[in-house]
Amino acid sequence: MTHLVEAADIACHFDVSPPWLDRVVGGASRGVLKAVDGVDLALVRGETYGLVGESGCGKSTLARLIVGLYAPTRGTIRYEGTIVSAPGRGRRNRRARRGMQMIFQDPYASLNPHWRVADIVAEPIRALAPRTRRRALQGRVEEVLLQVGLSAGDAARFPHQFSGGQRQRISIARALSAAPQFLVCDEPTSALDVSVQAQVLNLMRDLQRRLELTYLFISHNLAVVRHIADRVGVMYLGRIVESAPTAMLFDAPRHPYTRMLLDAVPDLDRTGTARTAVAGEVPDALAPPPGCAFHPRCPYANARCREEAPRLRAYGAASVACHAVEEQRVACFA
Amino acid sequence: MPVAPPPVADALLAVDDLTVEFPTRRGTLTAVRGVSFAIAAGEVLGLVGESGAGKSVTGAAVIGLIDPPGRIASGRIVLDGRRIDDLPSAAMRRVRGREIGAVFQDPLTALDPLYSIGRQLVETIRAHLDLTEGQARERALSLLADVGIPAPASRFDQYPHQFSGGMRQRVVIALALAAAPRLIIADEPTTALDVSIQAQIIALLARLAREHRTAILLITHDMGVIAEIASRVAVMYAGRIVEIGDVDDVIHRPRHPYTAGLMGSIPSVRMKRDRLLQIDGSMPRLTALPRGCAFHPRCPRARAACESVDPALARLGAGQVACHWPLDVGVTA
Repeated sequence: MTHLVEAADIACHFDVSPPWLDRVVGGASRGVLKAVDGVDLALVRGETYGLVGESGCGKSTLARLIVGLYAPTRGTIRYEGTIVSAPGRGRRNRRARRGMQMIFQDPYASLNPHWRVADIVAEPIRALAPRTRRRALQGRVEEVLLQVGLSAGDAARFPHQFSGGQRQRISIARALSAAPQFLVCDEPTSALDVSVQAQVLNLMRDLQRRLELTYLFISHNLAVVRHIADRVGVMYLGRIVESAPTAMLFDAPRHPYTRMLLDAVPDLDRTGTARTAVAGEVPDALAPPPGCAFHPRCPYANARCREEAPRLRAYGAASVACHAVEEQRVACFA
Repeated sequence: MPVAPPPVADALLAVDDLTVEFPTRRGTLTAVRGVSFAIAAGEVLGLVGESGAGKSVTGAAVIGLIDPPGRIASGRIVLDGRRIDDLPSAAMRRVRGREIGAVFQDPLTALDPLYSIGRQLVETIRAHLDLTEGQARERALSLLADVGIPAPASRFDQYPHQFSGGMRQRVVIALALAAAPRLIIADEPTTALDVSIQAQIIALLARLAREHRTAILLITHDMGVIAEIASRVAVMYAGRIVEIGDVDDVIHRPRHPYTAGLMGSIPSVRMKRDRLLQIDGSMPRLTALPRGCAFHPRCPRARAACESVDPALARLGAGQVACHWPLDVGVTA
């Protein structure tokens, strides 16, 4: 099986050290923030891969690595088999990466308020195929506006004339205009009200079926991910701790962190029932705990978990990075 | 068991026909239009709706924090038998904090970055209660312990930036509780927090309502949070309450078409649907409300009457609904 997108041992470290003088005089130490630390990811054409995790787990950094907005510290990213990102050459291979586009979270901040919708939507085509004729450009803009449920006449208007949901439709139209195959969607519905979120999620699903798109869908909202994704990866402190087909992950979660997250989600069907409140918080990413990063919050942690970082191991269609699962110290539901 | 709404007489807080207006250059914007509800001691009333529905303005009106030129145009707010909407600002300041506590969405803006959290607590306590410095410190420490901050004595002299988001929101709740108010207005208290932390804060609020008989007006757009903690819920749309009732009824047997659409549009972690129920269009601008029922342009059940007459909130079963053609029980949109 060939993968459309493949990330191998990708990592992104940020140097957040205090200035040199403070280190020499004040004895401050260097600090490295390992936002993403060794992630393997492979997406099949036409699927939606959901990526969930709490704030600061590295999911947005991973999205930016994949589209090439950040250069990786380690590892490679391939698109249709061609390396599009590797350390030191993050922004090259523009041709190879023209099949990917990104949709951002905030439909207010991601559209230039001084540009008309026509220019916003045409921008990717202008960047990737600068010699496109004006008439063809105009036709393409109208076509994608209709595809996302706006009208051709909206091309002449400015972003402030649209509601939040309509703006997100403009973002989607912009992402689609250069006919990409792969969309990275970073919390595309988090800034929207639920009824508008439903409209955008339904639209994204319709577009995927019609245009055979592949999505990397990032969200902190587990219900949204369950709704839209075919497979789901759960991130914790820069690593994927569990990855499985959606139904399997939600019905039979294996990693203690995945279980904790699922237990923490409030649900309409359980009125009046308290959730299992989760103890503790996400540790400081600058000083992650040794061994398994989750061990301070994990009810199953033992000596091995405190020393040795677990690697992803396959269990049928799922893969899980957990010593307790490996040693069968955790009873599995399935 | 459906919980009957408390009769206005023994309600701790009774809001009656509240209307809040904001004059703007393009005419008067009516953010809240004739809203009535009541909360009993120890009860959690959820106030839900999408952005711009008027839920936060309703909460701000109750604590007297409507910024001029906005004003309460009509209606009454009665706390424990005493009218508070027409109090002079000095008297309202005593009510706020002493009798009504407030918890807002962003814990960082609610705390002063230049004072240690202990200092802020002691000051708030002494502003409302006649206590010595030592007694106030004592109370502050017990409040911090009560909201679940581990080792409160060692964190007493730390500053807000030294606390994580969830811990900060606990401090804000401790501040709101400083003078043991009988009502807490919590406006999106968990929206800025991660799910695992959210659960902790909700459990804390639920415990307060139970143990201290504190009434809570919980304003949020997150139906999951409401389902978990509220006993009754009021749904707002374009400045009005369109449905109010027992939480289980409103979520599982909604009578207003908007409530039904809203519930159907929420994806669930427990099950997968192919398509989400979709309410087309978006909420009208408050400066350009349609005639009749504000929901009629988006409503699948709208008929002629809906375009001319704005339905009043009327009793239906155990709850109240503002709709000419409410849904039958068991029908989903």
